[in-house]
Amino acid sequence: MEILKIVGIGIVATIFIVILKNTRPEFALYISLLTGVIIFTMILGELSYVIQTLNTLARRVNIEFSYFSTILKIIGMAYIVEFGAQISRDAGEESIAMKIELGGKVIIMVLAIPILLALMELIIKILP
Amino acid sequence: MDIDLIFKIAGLGMLTAVLHTVLNKSGKEEYAQLTTLVGVVIALGMVINLISKLFDNVKALFRLY
Repeated sequence: MEILKIVGIGIVATIFIVILKNTRPEFALYISLLTGVIIFTMILGELSYVIQTLNTLARRVNIEFSYFSTILKIIGMAYIVEFGAQISRDAGEESIAMKIELGGKVIIMVLAIPILLALMELIIKILP
Repeated sequence: MDIDLIFKIAGLGMLTAVLHTVLNKSGKEEYAQLTTLVGVVIALGMVINLISKLFDNVKALFRLY
């Protein structure tokens, strides 16, 4: 039962964080970081199954493969950016979290530009 | 899984808190700060390995090269 493990880890970590928050806030930050990493690592196995299924589906309906891999990259980047921003927000650094999110948005925009260009070309082709 | 790392870091935190209090009470403030610093560095060394492993996994899964 994966879900019981995840919830149990979360509860134990929360108790530790509450204990340590008054005396040593820096260790509370480490524990929350570590809990995030462990839960994410547990989820990754399930996520790889989902991605394989999506992969076979995309191959079956004959989408151009570069578009699919771009979408996959954007999803992965969004996960990482969310993780980092959440950690900085937990530590009380709202401005750094905003900067991380800004960086993620810009890089995702750069990745998405080829799709945007293809769309524009299609529109121009359809218009007389 | 490496859940015992959470217990390790929690124990380390409590130990440093106690050491900090004892050293502070006996009037050795600079040693108290030093113990806290060492504890933080040890915890960082434990955590940073796992973070790099996580990032490698995400990179491999989503093909972010």
